[in-house]
Amino acid sequence: MAGTPVQVTGTVLTTRRVDAYHALTVVAPGVAERFRPGHFVSVAVGGPRTSMVTRRALSIHDVKPDYGGTVELVFTATGPGTSWLAERRARDTLDLVGPLGRPFPLPRDPASCVLVGAEYGAAALFPLADALLERGCRIDFALGAASADRVFGAMRARRMAETTTLTTEDGSLGLRGSVTDVLPAVIADTHADAIYACGPMETLRAVTAVAIEFDIPVQVAVEEAMACGIGVCMTCVLPVIGDDGVTRMVRACAEGPVFRGERVRFEDVGTIPFDALGAPGGGVRNVG
Amino acid sequence: MSVDMRTFLAHVELANPVTTASGCAGSGRELAQFFDLHRLGALVTRSITMAPRAGRPTPRMAETPSGMLNAVGLQGPGIDAFLERELPWLAQRGIRTVVSIGGGTVAEYSALARRLTDAPGVTAIEVNLACPNIEDRGRVFARDGGAAAEVIASVRSVMRYDVPVVAKLSPDVADVVAVARACVDAGADALSMINNPLGMSIDVDALRPTLAAGTGGLSGPAILPLAVRCVWQVHAALPGVPIVGVGGVMSGHDALQLILAGACVVGVGTALFHDPYACLRIERELEELLQARGFHRLADAVGLAHRPTSRHLLVDSEESSL
Ligand SMILES: Cc1cc2nc3c(=O)[nH]c(=O)nc-3n(C[C@H](O)[C@H](O)[C@H](O)COP(=O)(O)OP(=O)(O)OC[C@H]3O[C@@H](n4cnc5c(N)ncnc54)[C@H](O)[C@@H]3O)c2cc1C
Ligand SMILES: Cc1cc2nc3c(=O)[nH]c(=O)nc-3n(C[C@H](O)[C@H](O)[C@H](O)COP(=O)(O)O)c2cc1C
Ligand code: FES
Repeated sequence: MAGTPVQVTGTVLTTRRVDAYHALTVVAPGVAERFRPGHFVSVAVGGPRTSMVTRRALSIHDVKPDYGGTVELVFTATGPGTSWLAERRARDTLDLVGPLGRPFPLPRDPASCVLVGAEYGAAALFPLADALLERGCRIDFALGAASADRVFGAMRARRMAETTTLTTEDGSLGLRGSVTDVLPAVIADTHADAIYACGPMETLRAVTAVAIEFDIPVQVAVEEAMACGIGVCMTCVLPVIGDDGVTRMVRACAEGPVFRGERVRFEDVGTIPFDALGAPGGGVRNVG
Repeated sequence: MSVDMRTFLAHVELANPVTTASGCAGSGRELAQFFDLHRLGALVTRSITMAPRAGRPTPRMAETPSGMLNAVGLQGPGIDAFLERELPWLAQRGIRTVVSIGGGTVAEYSALARRLTDAPGVTAIEVNLACPNIEDRGRVFARDGGAAAEVIASVRSVMRYDVPVVAKLSPDVADVVAVARACVDAGADALSMINNPLGMSIDVDALRPTLAAGTGGLSGPAILPLAVRCVWQVHAALPGVPIVGVGGVMSGHDALQLILAGACVVGVGTALFHDPYACLRIERELEELLQARGFHRLADAVGLAHRPTSRHLLVDSEESSL
């Protein structure tokens, strides 16, 4: 039953700090067994009588078969919801819905893949790396963040990959700059056949531009503000070009979060492009 | 003894009073991943428009205290795609479906109704009157009894007599009873209350409105008292008119408030974002609450809070509640 999401009340198994991030391992049987790399979960925050009505979307960093299936989430405490999550302790319960979204497509034949992760976006790349290695792919990591404590998973990346290139904006670890600065060199050195990227939209846009320049396919996992995570509220849309060449405002949670980079109109995110299906003035009458 | 949860939306019987709220249940397929949609009183579709609509730019969502703002802008595939792909999927499965329609002109509403007249699987039509009237400076139909009545009359006149027409009202009016009465006089078989009141949130880091559209519709627990008030006032004035109570329902307790105020059907919207099973849970909780209070039938609880008491508090006059 891969793909069909379930709702589970999970129990927090462990909590830990990983540099600037919080990591929670939660017993979530139905979710773990359905998981594919790229899936995310949505977590209810604030407890049963909370005033926070929307769930928080978090990528799945790891799944393990222990205790019937556990998932690990890695996050930064940015607002009230993730701050509440950061206060969870072992044996607390957590309401999860998942796995959600469209996972990363995997190459049919062994290929050379560069995995680009910025900030906590790197967390979602590790299960992908496992799956690629299982298929006999070569993998290389490029991980970056603002500072050394925000580069996630450098050690694990080094153990798994042929090469790992690290970058920080402040130069406190690896090369100074962003992951996209080093990407052309990584692609050239590794003879990459495909790129996978996770991180802020700005990074995904830049990674996609590099991939287009080298003419290699790129899969990006986008991040849009989500209220439901299951495809019913229509708040998480972005302009994506379909197989028929038509741009549609598609849901990041249901049609994504993984898209082919060159199909995402990054420059137009946050707008309704005039030529999008159903755009005001796009030849289709606007009713209001 | 279990409680008889059957209810009537005008003359159409529903197995239970809990429906989804328009725009909060996708095309049905998304929720069907979690549970059998036959367990809903009815599924209410998002508001269908004539042409495909791309909606508003993002950000379309902002969480607010006990609620959220949305500015989706009726994104949808348009009536052709709805009739081709979405309605048949629901109809083939025999899922009770209330089709919500939205338009910019009276003619557009009646054209939509005409397209739906012969479509199989339409349990009722809900007319979303919270759309800007492009023939009247973009003033929302629901703001004006006359404009709302015109829309309802045009939809009622083309719709089959056995398909109830439900008018969905906005709370952003000085006198919701007057708009409700105008809609009923124009032929509405039932009323649905409330659509989202307009709200706004400002991002204090960006120093700008949080939503790209500036303003958005407020939903969630924050608006429950507003919904209870509207249902109460309209039921008091028009006691024979069936009311769908919508707004901030997160629990059976919330649903019971709307029922006691006069609703015979309860719509669940934002709660679905928090919990895909919300409708089922709320129905179960509602039944338990009714049972605990000695009710054998849901119908006996509808509007019950209106029965005369010696407490002056319940006198329904605007001044007395201040
Ligand atoms: C598919 C996906 C996967 C994600 N994975 C991770 C992850 O692995 N680790 C991590 O730290 N963060 C991740 N995020 C971002 C994370 O969802 C937000 O940081 C978090 O929701 C913020 O909640 P808050 O209560 O702290 O902030 P608030 O600003 O109070 O949140 C208010 C509302 O806005 C939504 N929201 C706010 N910021 C974001 C955002 N950046 N993206 C989406 N929704 C947002 C919240 O979900 C909530 O509904 C992911 C987002 C998406 C869409
Ligand atoms: C994301 C979203 C989309 C909505 N879309 C519609 C719509 O298309 N038509 C409509 O009549 N109401 C729409 N509504 C309003 C709801 O149907 C409902 O009246 C309102 O949200 C209050 O109920 P709630 O607090 O349970 O969400 C929408 C609400 C939300 C939150
Ligand atoms: S978050 Fe609700 S549709 Fe994507």
